[in-house]
Amino acid sequence: METVLAFVIGGLYAAGIYSILRRSLIKLVIGLIFLGNASNLLIFTAAGLTKGKPPIISKESITEVAEYADPLPQAMILTAIVISFGVLAFVLVLIQRAYKMIGSDDIDEMRGR
Amino acid sequence: MQILIVLPIIIPFATAIIAFLARKWRLVQRVWGTVGAAGLLIVAVMLFKIVHQDGIQSVQIGQWPAPYGITIVVDLFSAVMVIMAGIIAFTVSIYSLIDIDEQRLAFGYFPLLHILLMGINGAFITGDIFNLYVWFEVMLIASFVLLAFGGRRLQMEAAVKYVTLNLVSSALFLAGVGILYGKIGTLNMADLAQKLAIEPQSHLISSSAMLFLVAFGIKAGVFPLFFWLPASYHRPPAAVSAIFAGLLTKVGVYALIRVFTLIFVHNLEFTHSLIIVIAGFTMVTGVLGAVAQYGMRRLLAFHIISQIGYMIMGLGLFTPLALAGVLVFIVHNIIAKSNLFLISGIVHRLRGSYHLKEVGGLYKTNPGLAILFMIPALSLAGVPPLSGFFAKFILIKAGLEVQNYYIVAVALIVSVLTLFSMTKIWNEVFWKDMPVSIDKKMSTKTNLTSKQYILLVAPVCMLAIITITIGLGSEWIFGVAKQAAEQLLDPTDYINAVFGGKS
Repeated sequence: METVLAFVIGGLYAAGIYSILRRSLIKLVIGLIFLGNASNLLIFTAAGLTKGKPPIISKESITEVAEYADPLPQAMILTAIVISFGVLAFVLVLIQRAYKMIGSDDIDEMRGR
Repeated sequence: MQILIVLPIIIPFATAIIAFLARKWRLVQRVWGTVGAAGLLIVAVMLFKIVHQDGIQSVQIGQWPAPYGITIVVDLFSAVMVIMAGIIAFTVSIYSLIDIDEQRLAFGYFPLLHILLMGINGAFITGDIFNLYVWFEVMLIASFVLLAFGGRRLQMEAAVKYVTLNLVSSALFLAGVGILYGKIGTLNMADLAQKLAIEPQSHLISSSAMLFLVAFGIKAGVFPLFFWLPASYHRPPAAVSAIFAGLLTKVGVYALIRVFTLIFVHNLEFTHSLIIVIAGFTMVTGVLGAVAQYGMRRLLAFHIISQIGYMIMGLGLFTPLALAGVLVFIVHNIIAKSNLFLISGIVHRLRGSYHLKEVGGLYKTNPGLAILFMIPALSLAGVPPLSGFFAKFILIKAGLEVQNYYIVAVALIVSVLTLFSMTKIWNEVFWKDMPVSIDKKMSTKTNLTSKQYILLVAPVCMLAIITITIGLGSEWIFGVAKQAAEQLLDPTDYINAVFGGKS
């Protein structure tokens, strides 16, 4: 499972960087989404995958913590998703404004005289 | 006293909320925005006094014990940085009373400014690496809006570049945090330092260190990651670019210093020699970029980069003296740099242009302003007895002590080139006569009343006085910096403060 996810993450990073290097503003945004999600998946995978062991621990078995999934990376990812959602909303408004002002989504057209 | 430690976050937040609620009343906004910034400065000074007397302070948010909850830690370095944020916030707020137009005020300039300050202060005092990421994002989103709003065409271009590069940097930062957590299993910086001191080295840690170096390097504007900086800092209003120039890149530098003195200190010959090489290139490319520029603010923006090089150089040398030098340098640079940007704004007001070829003759009409420009400009170049001289002197002495002559030579040459750029601005803006062809157009441009002029010059005066005071009182400041450097190099106090002394 980790191997598959590692390839997915690598693919997402590659796709993200490729899209950012394009000239179109929309592709830039898509690239940023890829990069953000690749990082989220990286946290998820790097912290270790534990299947089917939710971290709900009864009082009696409090010593066997190691067997359960770690909830903290998921909390981190959730935070990161919320933040990137907010930032993305801003970026979308920004490029929409830029498009209205310039009439093109080509970054090169934005350059001032 | 616990509440005092979190006040640098709470005060800007409260100010922002109230200023937002009062956004219909411009006068209330202006007064409240300035009062809030003054409050921040007062709290910062009080906090500094306590940390200076009683050592490192910490508070566990929500009473969760140390490695599990979020810890807020204030050591001397953090306390000094918070004071700097307070000084810049206060002076820029006064400047903004005139510089920020009604339209931007209605959009919520003051709430955004204070949210930005909240993010900056949060980054300075947090003791948790993921929390640091969150504060960075708070700071970034506020700076995005401050950079873009008012929405002129050229501002858009600047904003798109700035936003993209910073989001890439955030993604890398997050990846670094993820790998570090996967390996060590903790996010608390003190706990990380503790566990890494015991555990043997592995490649995973170095890869994480490099991700942090790149992520913070983008934010600090080091070679070869600085290209967004001169492309964006000269577009927003002068008040905004002053606060960006003074504080934003320094948050990146702060994070670099924090992480590379506390956490990644076990592979010095790799990480810190790499940092020195980067520092040398940063200094040289920054100053050479500046030499070619003819826009006043673009030129100053390139100088930010070369100054960042000095700070990183001190971190790379990694001796107590070098780190103390970095601290003095950061303090000096924040004040002088913001001041120069504020002055460039006044020049723009008086002459209607930032371009060096289109302005001139200011020494004749405004001799006072010319003198005020000389103070931060000469300080930046390192002329005694101003603050920059002592900062550079300490750094170069530290470089000679570890016999790293290359970096010392680079630092000295860059210093001379800095002086050259500052003289260029002086010659073009203040000394030469107003270019004849533009003279007529400009004659209608000076529309500042004397009351407005005083409000614009007052913050410049304050910052200039601080620059001189740092120069004259440098012995005391060096003492504080030395103490702070010792705290940075020996993390025992830091770790004890976080864990309440029981570890």
